[in-house]
Amino acid sequence: MSADELIWRIAGGSGDGIASTSQNFAKALMRSGLHVFTHRHYPSRIRGGHTYVEVRASADPVKSRGDGYNFLLALGDSFARNPQDEAYYGNEEAKPLAENLDELREGGVIVYDSGLLDPSEVPNFEERVEENDWHVYDIDLRSLAREQGREVMRNTAGVGVTCAITGIPLEAIEELMRDAMPEKILEPNLEIMQTGYDLVHEEYDVDAPDVSVPSGDHDEEQVLMSGSDAIAYGAIDEGCRFIAGYPMTPWTEVFTIMSQNLPELGGISEQVEDEIAAAALAIGASHMGVKAMSGSSGGGFALMGEPLGLAEMTETPLVLIEAMRAGPSTGMPTKPEQADLEHVLYTSQGDSQRVVLAPGTVAEAYEASRRAFQLAYEYQIPTMIVYDQKLSGELTNVPASHFDREPNGDIGMTLTEDELAEQPHTADGKFHRFQHEGENGVSPRSVPGQKAGRYLATGNEHNPAGHISEDPDNRVAQMDRRQRKLDAIREDLDGDGLLVEHGPEDAEYGILTFGSQQGTVEEAVDRLNENGTSVKALTVAELAPYPVDAVRSFLDSVDEALVVEMNASAQFRGLTQKELGTHGEMLSSLLKYNGNPFEPAEIVEGFTTKLVDGGELPGNETKFVPAAGD
Amino acid sequence: MSAFSAIGEEREIDRNEYTPEIEPQPTWCPGCGDFGVLKALKGALPEVGRTPEETLLVTGIGCSGKLNSYLDSYGFHTIHGRSLPVARAAKLANPGVEVVAAGGDGDGYGIGGNHFMHTARENHDMTYIVFNNEIFGLTKGQTSPTSPKGHKSKTQPHGSAKTPIRPLSLSLTSGASFVARTAAVNPNQAQRILKEAMEHDGFAHIDFLTQCPTWNKDAKQYVPYTDINESEDYDFDPTNRADAQELMRETEDKLYEGEVLTGVYYREDDRPSYQQEKQEIGEMPEEPLAERYFDGDYEWERSYDNFIDKHK
Repeated sequence: MSADELIWRIAGGSGDGIASTSQNFAKALMRSGLHVFTHRHYPSRIRGGHTYVEVRASADPVKSRGDGYNFLLALGDSFARNPQDEAYYGNEEAKPLAENLDELREGGVIVYDSGLLDPSEVPNFEERVEENDWHVYDIDLRSLAREQGREVMRNTAGVGVTCAITGIPLEAIEELMRDAMPEKILEPNLEIMQTGYDLVHEEYDVDAPDVSVPSGDHDEEQVLMSGSDAIAYGAIDEGCRFIAGYPMTPWTEVFTIMSQNLPELGGISEQVEDEIAAAALAIGASHMGVKAMSGSSGGGFALMGEPLGLAEMTETPLVLIEAMRAGPSTGMPTKPEQADLEHVLYTSQGDSQRVVLAPGTVAEAYEASRRAFQLAYEYQIPTMIVYDQKLSGELTNVPASHFDREPNGDIGMTLTEDELAEQPHTADGKFHRFQHEGENGVSPRSVPGQKAGRYLATGNEHNPAGHISEDPDNRVAQMDRRQRKLDAIREDLDGDGLLVEHGPEDAEYGILTFGSQQGTVEEAVDRLNENGTSVKALTVAELAPYPVDAVRSFLDSVDEALVVEMNASAQFRGLTQKELGTHGEMLSSLLKYNGNPFEPAEIVEGFTTKLVDGGELPGNETKFVPAAGD
Repeated sequence: MSAFSAIGEEREIDRNEYTPEIEPQPTWCPGCGDFGVLKALKGALPEVGRTPEETLLVTGIGCSGKLNSYLDSYGFHTIHGRSLPVARAAKLANPGVEVVAAGGDGDGYGIGGNHFMHTARENHDMTYIVFNNEIFGLTKGQTSPTSPKGHKSKTQPHGSAKTPIRPLSLSLTSGASFVARTAAVNPNQAQRILKEAMEHDGFAHIDFLTQCPTWNKDAKQYVPYTDINESEDYDFDPTNRADAQELMRETEDKLYEGEVLTGVYYREDDRPSYQQEKQEIGEMPEEPLAERYFDGDYEWERSYDNFIDKHK
């Protein structure tokens, strides 16, 4: 474990301002020149219940939450004292302290709110402190906040205390608070933070910090963003001005960001009655020539299978987002999993065509979003972005220049009225919207309101003019044309940066992964190589059409490979084997599906135990599934 | 040339422009009420001054769903029960286009019931025609949400235990600002009501009684029809909500016996449409959104200029 990093965990109850406080803290660290990465853990409750956010900061780029942490700010759960809650959830009063000790590193710091937390309720607290050489600060943050303002401001007091202990200058946080807070609450917050800061200096010897904060410098200006921010901004930059949705965690994040920004860009956001309607609205707007999107999470996406097929058959461009969470059914609403992969790939009836992109990082999420719109509108095909609760909510720094791109309002092959007049029409004047020709499968379209462009869009099989048709020759011609799109898209995507290789080219072993596990896997690969194991990783961000050739040549170049994914049924390995038709005997799986994403150390351990040493994995956090054969 | 020169074009429109010249021939059964809807629509559209190319007819699935195969305009034949959400968005994206949605009673009051309720409450500026023949036609005669209690079919061999839906009351309660009932056997009234509905600024729901001679032989029970707007016996004011509600209740109680009342039951003229409300609060552009994508000079705003500072 690197000593050159701070991993600060703020724990408390939902509704106690943990998220906003940690966001400010992360941004302050980023502004001071550090690379940051946040990890959010929260229950499916509005108020109360154990929640924490980790902010990892280092002078070097950070790609994951890391392993464990070295600074705990335990705030206490102000909502835990509700007797009704106790009946449901048990006594949670000690949780912010008790629940967080297992992963606290040796020599780490504990700051706890002695106004709300009683360490005598934590089993073997004193012994564990001694054993692990933890530095403990018991500070009555609650009274401090209550005396100077409001009790809820004790998180600000905690930040002041953190700054005093780690040596972070208060000014960095103050500046952010000035931006984020209204005047009325700003002053008391600033005072409370200062008091917390001073208190530590008065009562403790903090000249030599127990946990050091690294210093760093960025080459260029950075922004702090989540995967959901990046997807929303990618959509906006591609000219998406219509969104329809129904709230569902974690998809709600993209929906919210779009809804808050679209009106001022002259766009339209619609919160509708259900997900079937949401996808159908996006289709309706897109049919009219507007760039539109919708999306959901597992259960809501299930309802979209039907309109998804309609978009495919009518060749209406459509972008759908699937933000995965643990299932089946409503599963674990606030926990990440990568188990909707097959759901996204195969839902809807018939031989349906679609594009599925799976970004692995915040930066890639922006790219994927832009690419999804380009492909959907260029090829008149539904395009999906599948990601998960982890990537959706984690904040990380990305160079601001990454987002400094030209906007794009192009809606693909949509003819002007002059061009329409020149196109083939039936004798009664209907435009041949669905022509058989189109080398790449695309037949140019018109939109309602245009002269000489009228046609019927239908979910039934149809002839070139859009009339419903069960003619066998026409059926085959239309089906073949729609299938041709995928070949063209595969060629288009080739070399598009959707495959990320990491590690020495001539490595002996390989790790194959997709989506949000990319950064964690890459950190694990670096550590394995440092420890003398020769391994490289390939992250696949294009799931349909699947990049068969690239994955095959990666697997051909290694002796054995481990497939890392967050689900119980090895869906990504299954997809890879189905697409390649070979290599099954060399692909074993490392799986995790307990609601928490992998930590790099787990991948290092899983890899070493199984592929190098051939032993058994301890504990039940992760699971190893051996190779399956072809 | 504007991208949408068909919108707002002022000229004499011949009803035959809406008739496809070659194919396809309707697959509806002889004597089907659906012909009446098609005929009334072909009559009403020119009267409203809408050309085929500025009209979008969105349909669901079933016999009624084939309406736009036989009406030569822009058309979108969607999926069972989903015509309304598609139509709503189409209207929001390009309000200049006349949007008419159509579906059957199974489509609109059954599988699409949720969308019906919400489209009515939002008062989208569009017309919705529900072909009400009290039966599932294209799937061959199953009991529908409007079939009378006790109705026997292959899927309900002992007779339906369910009370039929009350389309007019449901529509009014949900918030539709125009509620009417007409019948395929009254072509003149149907055309008049369709015209009024399309000219109405808000959600216009028409429960359109269509006889199904193949699967619902009892359809003839719908005669005689009385037009509440014309009949002196009623002296009815469609802008009076309480009267409308009362009359709806009465007629829906005895829908399956004796006299059938048709006409415009309710019309709320001063209520702004959803589009207007949305513009008022600043969540909908003044100019049609769809125009922008055809305007080569339009400057697309980007996230970097607008939002990136929040993240620095």
